[in-house]
Amino acid sequence: MSEHTQNPKAEAAVYLKTLIALLVLTAITVGASYIHFGSGAANVVVALTIATIKATLVALFFMHLLHDKPVNAIIAAAGFIFLGLFLMFTLLDFDTRDNLQPFNMHPQVTTPTPAPTAPEHR
Amino acid sequence: MSTSPVDLQHDPHGHGDDGHGHDDPHHQHHFTTMEQQFDTSKIGMWLFLATEVLLFGGLFVGFGMMQARFPEQFKEAHEHLQRPLGALNTVVLLISSWTMVMGVLSARTNQRKKLVIYLLITILCACIFLGVKYFEYSHKYEEGLLPGHYYSHHGDKIPTVNGANGYATFFSFYFMMTGLHGIHILVGIVLLAWIAVRGNRGEFNSSYYTPVDLVGLYWHLVDLIWIYLFPLYYLIS
Repeated sequence: MSEHTQNPKAEAAVYLKTLIALLVLTAITVGASYIHFGSGAANVVVALTIATIKATLVALFFMHLLHDKPVNAIIAAAGFIFLGLFLMFTLLDFDTRDNLQPFNMHPQVTTPTPAPTAPEHR
Repeated sequence: MSTSPVDLQHDPHGHGDDGHGHDDPHHQHHFTTMEQQFDTSKIGMWLFLATEVLLFGGLFVGFGMMQARFPEQFKEAHEHLQRPLGALNTVVLLISSWTMVMGVLSARTNQRKKLVIYLLITILCACIFLGVKYFEYSHKYEEGLLPGHYYSHHGDKIPTVNGANGYATFFSFYFMMTGLHGIHILVGIVLLAWIAVRGNRGEFNSSYYTPVDLVGLYWHLVDLIWIYLFPLYYLIS
């Protein structure tokens, strides 16, 4: 509404540039997936970094967060921050468990609760 | 409806300052101004989108944990997904996001015809996306690459240990996450069709286009989730 003081043509140009940037980044991320960056983790970091840049472009321009009321950006950021906390502590737990109990590294010894096997075909 | 769009552009605060004196039929009496009404709807939509982020977030965290537990199996299972199809779907969704945002712009600038055309292109893109997905799913079905104990693919390098099958786990997550995303696309198609019909009737203009804007936000979120699904499933190996 009134916060949109830009003229429509300039706005359409911004959207088009955003789309082009997103398509270029998609090409880059597909290309990067064929390159080996030293380790598997490095490839994950590269792919997720590009994905995050793309997501930010979508949120800022297509979802209008850049020129919108800050409260919407705060709500959006809160969602991602809590997701980040969830992910961080879960993976921390996952990593440190193995370090504290080295025998956990061997799946033959662990797997205390094997996934319930399927009953025979009924 | 009868409010002139020119007036709104040049005098953004001139409407509804006293809570009276405007005749927009969409204006509900418990909001002081149309702008306040619009902003309130938008906050509600963003709260919903935050819950959507958390809904998918739980699945992403689960996927991350299982990737850490079965790194080799996940890596091998990735190879069964076809990158070109994933990339094609990414491009289709990005274009649909662009047509959506252009649709919102058209609604805001009183371009009824353009709004409907952009929405129809968005729906078309969504259908292409689902078509490609159907092709992929049927291919997986034929190869027995199915979730959980329905997994019946042969020729995997790593044998199952104590019933813990990393391949089946990978495809459980694959079908759960892309399936949930696909349901969101389906819901999106219904919503887009709904606002296309309303837009065609001329119900939206520069002073009232809330449904177009909110469906747009939903559609961009669906795109945003795919932006993360695509590299995680198709590219990492």
